[in-house]
Amino acid sequence: MLIIKDLKAEIEGKEILKGINLEVKPGEIHAIMGPNGSGKSTLASVLAGKEGYEVTGGEVLYEGKNLLELDPEERAGEGIFLAFQYPVEIPGVSNANFMKTAINEIRKYKGLDPVKATEFLKLMKEKAKLVELNPEMISRFVNVGFSGGEKKRNEIFQLAMLDPKLSILDETDSGLDIDALRIVGDGINKIKDGKKSFVVITHYQRLLNYIVPDFVHILYNGKIIKTGGKELALELEESGYDFIKETEKNNVG
Amino acid sequence: MKNNIDLKEKLLNDFSGFEKSLNGEVNTGFHETRKDAIKAFNELGFPTRKIEEWRFTHINQLVKNSFLPAGLFENIKIPKTNLKKYLIPKLEANLVVLVNGIYDKELSDIKENISNGFIGSLKDALKSHSDELSGLIGKIADYKKDAFTALNTAFGGDGVYISLPENANLKYPVLILHLTGSDKDEIISQPRVIINAGKFSSSVVIEVSYTTGKKVSFLNSVTEIMLEENSKVTHYKIQNDSEKSFNIGTTQVIQNANSSIESYVISWGGELIRNNFNTFFKGKDSECYMNGIYLSKRNQLIDNHTLADHAVPNCYSNELYKGIIDDNAGAVFNGKILVRQDAQKTNAYQSNKNIILSEKADINSIPQLEIFADDVKCSHGATTGQLNPDELFYLRSRGIETEKAKTILLYAFLEEVIMNIKLAPLKEYLEKMLEKKLN
Repeated sequence: MLIIKDLKAEIEGKEILKGINLEVKPGEIHAIMGPNGSGKSTLASVLAGKEGYEVTGGEVLYEGKNLLELDPEERAGEGIFLAFQYPVEIPGVSNANFMKTAINEIRKYKGLDPVKATEFLKLMKEKAKLVELNPEMISRFVNVGFSGGEKKRNEIFQLAMLDPKLSILDETDSGLDIDALRIVGDGINKIKDGKKSFVVITHYQRLLNYIVPDFVHILYNGKIIKTGGKELALELEESGYDFIKETEKNNVG
Repeated sequence: MKNNIDLKEKLLNDFSGFEKSLNGEVNTGFHETRKDAIKAFNELGFPTRKIEEWRFTHINQLVKNSFLPAGLFENIKIPKTNLKKYLIPKLEANLVVLVNGIYDKELSDIKENISNGFIGSLKDALKSHSDELSGLIGKIADYKKDAFTALNTAFGGDGVYISLPENANLKYPVLILHLTGSDKDEIISQPRVIINAGKFSSSVVIEVSYTTGKKVSFLNSVTEIMLEENSKVTHYKIQNDSEKSFNIGTTQVIQNANSSIESYVISWGGELIRNNFNTFFKGKDSECYMNGIYLSKRNQLIDNHTLADHAVPNCYSNELYKGIIDDNAGAVFNGKILVRQDAQKTNAYQSNKNIILSEKADINSIPQLEIFADDVKCSHGATTGQLNPDELFYLRSRGIETEKAKTILLYAFLEEVIMNIKLAPLKEYLEKMLEKKLN
């Protein structure tokens, strides 16, 4: 589904990604862990197509297409979704209108007719329930006045609404209390169906208690330096990132 | 060569022709006011950019035309069947149609009959309600200080008079259609709207302007609003004028104690638009909400000047003007809050926000606070920027195509103003118009 080959990227002339290699197959859940500044969010941003990042090397193939040539909206049309670390507030645009427009734009991209109003309402109710989002929030402006947890839940609500094939969760667990963490985790577990793939970017292991990964990658200094199964996350939890840093230093030295 | 002096001289000369067209009406008291106003216009002349209030707005394009005032051209006929496109769908209203400033009896449709009150032609009211009007017309908007108000007063005498007696609540809003222009002549239309809101009365007045002719036209309007104690008026001004038109107007309000006015000025047409909205707090415990939207494109210039003149204690004014400026267009916002020495416990807020869409677009935002009282709460803020790239990326990352995402954000930016409109059919009309204008 997704193949990242030796991806290098910089921001304002500073190299952040220094050769990432990763393959995600349909139905797989990959966790990318790493200390602050290791390049986790940059990787998410580059995959979603955010401006300001310059790809200086390597390639990204998504279902055989060159992902880096697509605009952000085309990537969404192709089935990629980024759950933002810092969801943006958009005063003046209601959640409901936002989702209706997004769904119809993606349908247009796929050559489908707009969704029927009744169908859309039904879908919205169903998905709001899935992430335990207060229905009142659907009519409110996107993320305006939402708490940190509500914003993250709204991301997962959007994910559920847009039904992507590949979801990238950028530090969705940051700023979440234990209840919100459970709701987000449960939401993802209900959405996953063995075909959809997830890349879960996180600093801590705790979200992985709810979303159990098939692979854990450790990103450090712009490179994946270790890959393992879910037990790697636990190992990391115990020994911390300092251990990794030490190992890395020794390897380099 | 045509220049400033030309149109001034021309209009001064036209005044005697206009007088002749009035026939017997030159003996009324108002005609003395007209003569006084043409004198004032002669002394003031058209404003140049040397005058502070016109520093960013030059009227060269306006004064190079030879506009004909009322009485000196043959007015156009608009068939009733053509009226529908100017109306607001689903809005039941007392309809007043002014064709080039002249009240059109055929096209107007006043639904409500107010006992001891009046909705109708100002020209008729000058005969039937002359005593009442003598204290209002030209007494609220000062023609000695503003050339365009002077000009309107000199050539004025028709328009709309709305008089609400004590406790009157209008069931339907008054919808005033300003239809301006002709295929034959360059016309200056100079209507006056007077709202005399009696104690405890409440009303909604919507002024909508459209251009109806192929020739260049100029709508120079004056609205005078007198709010008696405990009265409430909601006033809308919606400018749909076409590209080759000029629209200059003053709305002057006097607020007696406990009165409330809510104003919306929405400008998205015309070549040059200048709106003055001034309120004078004469009685305490009054409130004024000033809201504005402007969309300036092509080579348009839209200028909004507002004044909240707090002369007495314990009044509240709140202002929110938002604009989008594109292409080579310009916009001016000049909002003045004046808190006089006696106006303690004043609460006055002002906010002006702009989005610039092109490098050549230009905005001059000038907030002015003049405070002479010590126990007041006042604030103002002005921002000018581009579309927020993070918001844009957020929408695009959800599959929304760039141009559409921009439209959504621009719409949302202005929705902050429109969302406060309580009249549902009008709100819907404005939202649809806005969507069309942004696409």
